[in-house]
Amino acid sequence: MSAADTIFALSSGQPPAAIGIIRISGPKASDALHVLSGSVPEERRARLAKLTDPASGELLDTALVLWFPGPNSASGEDLAEIHCHGGRAVVRALEITLEKMDGLRQAEPGEFTRRAFTHGRMDLAEAEGLSDLLFAETELQRRSAIQAAGGALSRKVDDWQNAILRLSAMVEAELDFSDEDDVTAAQLSVVQSAATDLATEMAAMLNRPRAEKLREGVRVVLGGPPNSGKSTLLNALVEREAAIVSAIAGTTRDVIEVPIAIKGIPFLFIDTAGVRNEGTEEIERIGIDRARQQFDIADLILWLGPEGQGPQKPNLVELASRQDHHEFQPKSAGVISLSPLAGKGMDALVTLLVDRAKDIVPSGDEISVNKRQADHLAEAQRNLDDISQLQDYLIIAEQLRLARAALDALTGRASTEDMLDSLFGKFCIGK
Amino acid sequence: MTWLGGSTGRDHFDLKHPFGYGRSMNRDFDLIVVGGGHAGCEAAAVAARMGVRTALVSFTKESIGAMSCNPAIGGLGKGHLVREVDAFDGLIGRAADAAAIHYRMLNLSKGAAVQGPRVQADRTLYKAEIHRMLDAQDNLSIVEGEVASLIFDGQTVSGINLADESRITASAVILATGTFLNGKLFRGEETIDGGRTGEASAVSLGQQIRDANLPIARLKTGTPPRIDGRTIDWALLPEQPSDDDGWTMSPLSSRRDVPQIFCAVSRTSAATHDIIRDNLNRSPLFSGAIDAQGPRYCPSIEDKIHRFADRDSHQVFLEPEGLDTTLVYPNGISTSLPADVQEAFVRTMDGLSRAEIIVPGYAVEYDHIDPRALDRSLKVRDLEGLYCAGQINGTTGYEEAAAQGLIAGIGAACAIQGKAAPELDRGTSYMAVMIDDLVLQGVTEPYRMLTARAEYRLRLRADNATTRLSPVAQDIDCLSSERQRWFNDRQIQRTAIMEELEAVYSCEAVADQGIEVRRDGTKQSLFEWLRFPNISIAALEGLGLSVADMDPGLLAEVEEDARYAPYLQRQEAELKDLRANEQIRLGDDLDYASIAGLSNEMVERLKSARPETLAAASRVRGITPAALAAILVHARRREAKTLAA
Repeated sequence: MSAADTIFALSSGQPPAAIGIIRISGPKASDALHVLSGSVPEERRARLAKLTDPASGELLDTALVLWFPGPNSASGEDLAEIHCHGGRAVVRALEITLEKMDGLRQAEPGEFTRRAFTHGRMDLAEAEGLSDLLFAETELQRRSAIQAAGGALSRKVDDWQNAILRLSAMVEAELDFSDEDDVTAAQLSVVQSAATDLATEMAAMLNRPRAEKLREGVRVVLGGPPNSGKSTLLNALVEREAAIVSAIAGTTRDVIEVPIAIKGIPFLFIDTAGVRNEGTEEIERIGIDRARQQFDIADLILWLGPEGQGPQKPNLVELASRQDHHEFQPKSAGVISLSPLAGKGMDALVTLLVDRAKDIVPSGDEISVNKRQADHLAEAQRNLDDISQLQDYLIIAEQLRLARAALDALTGRASTEDMLDSLFGKFCIGK
Repeated sequence: MTWLGGSTGRDHFDLKHPFGYGRSMNRDFDLIVVGGGHAGCEAAAVAARMGVRTALVSFTKESIGAMSCNPAIGGLGKGHLVREVDAFDGLIGRAADAAAIHYRMLNLSKGAAVQGPRVQADRTLYKAEIHRMLDAQDNLSIVEGEVASLIFDGQTVSGINLADESRITASAVILATGTFLNGKLFRGEETIDGGRTGEASAVSLGQQIRDANLPIARLKTGTPPRIDGRTIDWALLPEQPSDDDGWTMSPLSSRRDVPQIFCAVSRTSAATHDIIRDNLNRSPLFSGAIDAQGPRYCPSIEDKIHRFADRDSHQVFLEPEGLDTTLVYPNGISTSLPADVQEAFVRTMDGLSRAEIIVPGYAVEYDHIDPRALDRSLKVRDLEGLYCAGQINGTTGYEEAAAQGLIAGIGAACAIQGKAAPELDRGTSYMAVMIDDLVLQGVTEPYRMLTARAEYRLRLRADNATTRLSPVAQDIDCLSSERQRWFNDRQIQRTAIMEELEAVYSCEAVADQGIEVRRDGTKQSLFEWLRFPNISIAALEGLGLSVADMDPGLLAEVEEDARYAPYLQRQEAELKDLRANEQIRLGDDLDYASIAGLSNEMVERLKSARPETLAAASRVRGITPAALAAILVHARRREAKTLAA
C-alpha cells in the first residue's frame, strides 16, 4: 500500500440500485478517466460520457463523469467520480476495468477518509463525524453526524483554541516582552475571567449527552424475575416500532439486545435472564450476574418485578406488567400498567421512553462529543478552570499550554508557532 | 557537486599531496574555526578546552570578540543561553561580567524561570577580556587572514585557502562568518557591499557555498544610529540605574569590578512619527530594495510606525556603549532611512534636540544557510567535516551565536576525538530548543530566543543552568580545573541541602517558626513546605537547617525547584513520551514519498527537515498525528526487515 497508488471504490450502496457512484482518487485519476471516456471533463462540471473497455473497445455504460482536481477535492487528491447505472453487472465491469489499469487498486476500508485526513481536508473530529454519518441509521443519528462532519465541533474547538491563543499571547507578552517597549501589560483579572468563561463553556458541552449514545442507543434494561413479562414487552415493542436489526441472542440464559428506533431515537433494549435471589444452577447464576452487570451500565431500567424489589438505582422505572394476567399485582399510583398483548399502556410507555431519552442522547441540533473527545476537552477545561486561582503568570502560561495541547489532541493539530503568530500579530514588540 | 576550480579560480590540487589529504595524514590543525565573533570564539575555545588543536581564523586579530551591534548581553531567553554556555565553561558570561557597566535582571517580579539577566557591556573591555581568555587557552592558535575558499576532498572538508594563497589543513571547519556572506548595507538610497560598516564581506566564500548547492536564503536585520552622548540632555530623561544586588552573569565572576553607569529612557513623539511617515518612500524597506524578511520582534522604527499607526509614541532606551567612549546606542530606533532623515527624527525625541549622530543606522541584507541542511551538531549533513554556527544559520543575537558556536565546537571536537556528542533535548536546555527549531523548522525571520519557545521552561531556568548542564560538560571534558572545583563544591552543597530538606515537619512546627500556614494536620518534608510562596529556606532555618555558609544562588535555585515541583512532576509524563519518541530513529535516508498517507506538502517538509527521530518528526510543522502513525509504522517495518536480513 502506498500513497502514490490511485485508489477506487464503489462509494454508493451495494448494487442493485438506481445509480452507482465510483470514486477514483490519486495521481492517476485523470488517466483513468481518459482511458474510460477518452477525455477529462471541465472541472466540477457533470458530463455525460460513453465508457468503454480499453482492451476490447466494448461499451460498458453511458454515465455521468465528474472531475475534481486536487487539492480542492474531498480527498485532497485528484478525484474522479463516475455516476453509472447501478446494476451489479455494470458496476462489476467498471471495477474490473479499473483494476486492470496500472497504478490503480481497490481502496481499503476508510482509505478515502484517511487520505482526506492526511491531506488536511478534514481534522480528526470531522473524520469521526463522517464515519458516524456513514453508519447513521436513525434520523437523530443523521442530524448529529452531519453536524460533526460539517465541522461544527471543529469550528467550536477552533474558536476555543483561538481564544486560548489570544490569552497565551497576552501572557507571553507579559513574560517575554514586558521589559520592552509597547506591550500593554496583561491584566491578571482579564486573563482569569476569560479563562473561567472558556472553562464554563466547555463544562456545558461536557455536561451534554455523549455522542456515542447516538450510535449505541439508549440502553434500556428490562428487569424482573423469570416470567414477569419481559419478553412479551420486548416483542410488543419490536412489533410496534422499527427494530433496527434482528435481535442478537446469546445463550439462553445470557442477555438479548434489540436495537429499536422510537421516534427517530435509537434505543437498545436488553432482556436479561430473570433475576432470582436464590439461583440454583451454576449456569443460571452466571446469567444472573450478567443481568446485574447490565443494571450497572443501563441508562434506564424498566422493572417488571414486584414493586421495590428491583436494584436500587435512580434510573429505575417501575412498570406494572401483565395487567391481563391472573397473577397481576398493581403498583403504586402513577406507575404505568401494561398489557402488551392488548396494546394497553404502550403509548404511555413510549412517551416516557422518549421523554427520558432527551437527557441521555444528544438532541442532534447541538454539538456533542464522544468519549475520546470528552477526555481531551475535560483536560482542557480543568487547566483553564484552575487559572482563576493562580497569580503567577508563568504557571498561568503553563496551564494555557496544557489546555492548548489537550485541544490539539482533540482535533489532531499542534503548534507553538501558532501561538507566536498570534502574539506577533497583536503586539508591536521590540526595540 | 564539484569543488575544483572554485570562485577564486585557483586550482586546489596540491602537488605535494596529489591524492588529497586522507584522514591519516598529518594536518596543520584538527579544527579550523572561521570567524572571530561570538559563535567563532566559543567554538574555538570549547574545542581547545577539549584538547583539540584549533585555529581561529579572522580577517584581523583586532576584530575578534567585537560586539558589532547592541552593547548589551543577555535578556529574556538570551540570558538563559549565556548561563548555559557558561555552564560549559564558555566565554560569553565571564567576558560580559568583565565589561558590565550596567546590570539588570529582567522580569524580576515574575517566576525565576522567566527572569533574564542582562548587562550593558563596554565594547573595549569585552573584547579585551575575550582576547585575554583566548590568549590563555592552550591548543588554540589565532590566524589572521581572509578565507578565500574551502578545500574539499570529495565530500569531506579538509581545510581552507587564504586570500594570500596560503592554505591550512584540518579535519573539520566551522564556518562562523556572521553576516559576512554576500552582505549588503542599505541606508536610504545608498547600498554598500559588506557585513558591518567598514569591513569587507566574504564574497568569494559565499559564492562557493552557493555553488555547493547548500540551500541559501536571505534575511535582513538593522541597527540604529549611534549618538554622541555629549549632545544628549540626560537631565531631561528618566534614569535607569544598575541593579544593586550583586548578581553576575557567570558564577565564576566573583564580583562586579567595573564602575556602574545608568541608562536613560527617551520617547518618540508625534513629530518623530510625522517625519518618518513623510519619508517612508526613501526607506529601502518600503521602496522594495530589500525584500528579505526581517524579524517580527525587532522591527525597524519605520516598520513600527507603519504597522502600529495607532501608537503615538515608542520607548527608546539610551544605552552608553562604554566607559571611555561617548557613543550611545538608542535601543528601539533601528532604521535604514537616509542619514538626513535619521538626524531630523532623532532630534524630535525627548532629550535629543541637540543630538549629533556619529554613525547613522542602516539595514543589512545577508545570505544565510537554511539550517535544515544541518544536523543537531550543526554539521552540514551532506558534507563531512563542515559545520556552521551563528548568524550564518539565520539567527540573530550574540547569545544565540555563542550557544551555536559552543554546540558546533563540541560536535566537531567529539567527531575528531571519535566520541559521541552529548544528546541535549528540549527538556534540558534552551540551546537544544534553538538547535531543534533551527534544524527542523528552518527560519523565516532572524531567529531570536524567547522563553515562549521552550515548552519546558519551568525547568529551564537561568539560575539552574549549571545544575542541568555542567554534568554533561564534565562528561565531555570541557571544564577547566577552576570550574570543575567550583562545580564539585556546589554539588556537595546541593546534596547536603537536599538531604536536609527531606526532614518531615508538621504544620504546627512550621507555624511555630512564625510562618503563616493552615493548621490542618499536614505533615510533609521541608522541600514540600517550600512549595508555598510565603515559605523560604531562610524562614525554615530555625528548624535546624544549616545553610548559613551555603551559596545563596544555590539556595535560591533549590527554593525555585521546590516551588514548581508539582508542575515539573506533571511534565514528567510528557517528557517521558518525548524521550521515548526521541529513541525511535528515523535515519537520514527514510523515503517519505513511499509512505502511505503523507500529503505532498508533508513529504516536502519532512524531506527538508530530515528529522532524526520520531519526536523530531512530530515537531515538523503540519505533521498530523495520523501522518506520524504512518511514519512510525514505516520505520518499524523497515527495522524489522533490517533485523530479518
